[in-house]
Amino acid sequence: MQDFTGTITPADLHFEVHHAGVPAIDPAKHTLLVHGRVDRPTVFSLADIKRFPQVTRTHFIECAGNGVLGWGTNEFGKPNPALTPQQIAGLTSNSEWTGVPLRVLLAEAGVRRGAAWFLAEGGDACLMARSIPMEKARDDALVVWAQNGEPLRPEQGFPLRLLLPGWEGSTNVKWLRRIELGTQPWMTRWETATYTDPLANGTARQFAFEMDARSIITSPSHPQTIERGWRQISGLAWTGRGKITRVDVSTDGGRTWVTAVLQDPVLSKAHTRFTHMWEWDGRETIIMSRAVDETGYVQPTRAQLIEARGIGTLYHYNPIYGWRVMPNGRVFFYGAT
Amino acid sequence: MHRAFVVGVALAVAACRMDNTAKGPSRYALGRAATAAEVAERDVDVSPDGAGLPAGRGTVAQGAALYVAQCASCHGANGEGIPPYPKLIGRDPAAEGFPFGKDPRAARTIGNYWPYATTVFDYVRRAMPQPAPGSLTDDQVYAITAYLLAANRIIPMTATLDSASLAAVKMPYANRFVRDDRRGGKEVR
Repeated sequence: MQDFTGTITPADLHFEVHHAGVPAIDPAKHTLLVHGRVDRPTVFSLADIKRFPQVTRTHFIECAGNGVLGWGTNEFGKPNPALTPQQIAGLTSNSEWTGVPLRVLLAEAGVRRGAAWFLAEGGDACLMARSIPMEKARDDALVVWAQNGEPLRPEQGFPLRLLLPGWEGSTNVKWLRRIELGTQPWMTRWETATYTDPLANGTARQFAFEMDARSIITSPSHPQTIERGWRQISGLAWTGRGKITRVDVSTDGGRTWVTAVLQDPVLSKAHTRFTHMWEWDGRETIIMSRAVDETGYVQPTRAQLIEARGIGTLYHYNPIYGWRVMPNGRVFFYGAT
Repeated sequence: MHRAFVVGVALAVAACRMDNTAKGPSRYALGRAATAAEVAERDVDVSPDGAGLPAGRGTVAQGAALYVAQCASCHGANGEGIPPYPKLIGRDPAAEGFPFGKDPRAARTIGNYWPYATTVFDYVRRAMPQPAPGSLTDDQVYAITAYLLAANRIIPMTATLDSASLAAVKMPYANRFVRDDRRGGKEVR
């Protein structure tokens, strides 16, 4: 992540999280079954799916657990200073996806009244499955077969995956082989035992789909060493709720903030590159970034997150991060503010 | 007023679909009808109300024997979990009362966390045992589910599970699970 420029993640460097390995699937034999609360239970081959009207959209996929390493502390009770952006926030990747809107496929099968949820199931060894509200199918859900202009990599769901823009990574079911429409969520293991967020008030948040806005400075960052004088601060910001509208940068440990430049085009539910020209005077300081999205959400501090949720919620952890620049120019992870 | 609203919605929908899906028929006559056998073969999911549970039955005692043969090598002889494989069994008093939001170290088990018993059946049937998912018969899945629920003190050690009795099992902390209330905007949740 700290070595990338621009906003697109190379397909073979897209982060990978699997729930039961990577299956080897023959695309000529792979089919998608759509059934349940539909008029016409239908089997689509890959060739069938590629004959529908196609769309190409740029979106990030981010694991709900992105940021867990930055949450932890070392034996001195401090964040590990040797963490890199990839280690802290690298479970997000941004790609140009090509596929068919899910609503077009569902219209082919005929959605029946009362369908409120659908189950998306993969063809991996555990048949990983998630329940998704039908509103997302009517909105912007895609069934995709291509990433950055080439077929999906096996690790990214070849030959077919669900893409739910802005929603936690595990809902973007890979190796998609079945969609069932129903009236209630199925309560699979991955939406009950895992991917649920215990809160301090003794409840656990379930179906926490949307990814909150966050940002991270990718340069300068650990393990870089910088020199005195002018240089560019650069980083990535993204939100699951639309577009990033502003990124603030501080070069004095959060005492003052300036508005960074957002690189065009700013796309919805996609990585946005921000930059800020900075003249480093050679003194120790802390640099940090803070994203704002179109809903008015401001990326919070670690203290704000703990106040709202307690300390038991390791998913959806998106605090403002700092980098400590030492007088010798070396840069270390400062932790969440 | 009503008509203006409808027109407004129609324009908004059209504006959202400024791509090549906006034109064209509502159906393209692609794909083929799924046979009932195809649907039945793939439709393995189970819902909390018991929908999807197959015929069959299994006892806690049968499940205990199956657990030793099929599960213990990863999850431990007593369901304690051998990392990275999770702990399944345990009702440690220190981890009762759903303390997980204040104590991230409190170990989650089926008994002190999982909100639905049907999820145990669904997951074991689709994903376990890890070296050979799908190799257990429905009777065996009922038996293993019965053992895991009994060992977690949810059902009696003498119990037999079938579709009706499994759907009737209530998990102790089901009411702790709440829908996501984050909506963006100024408030941090």
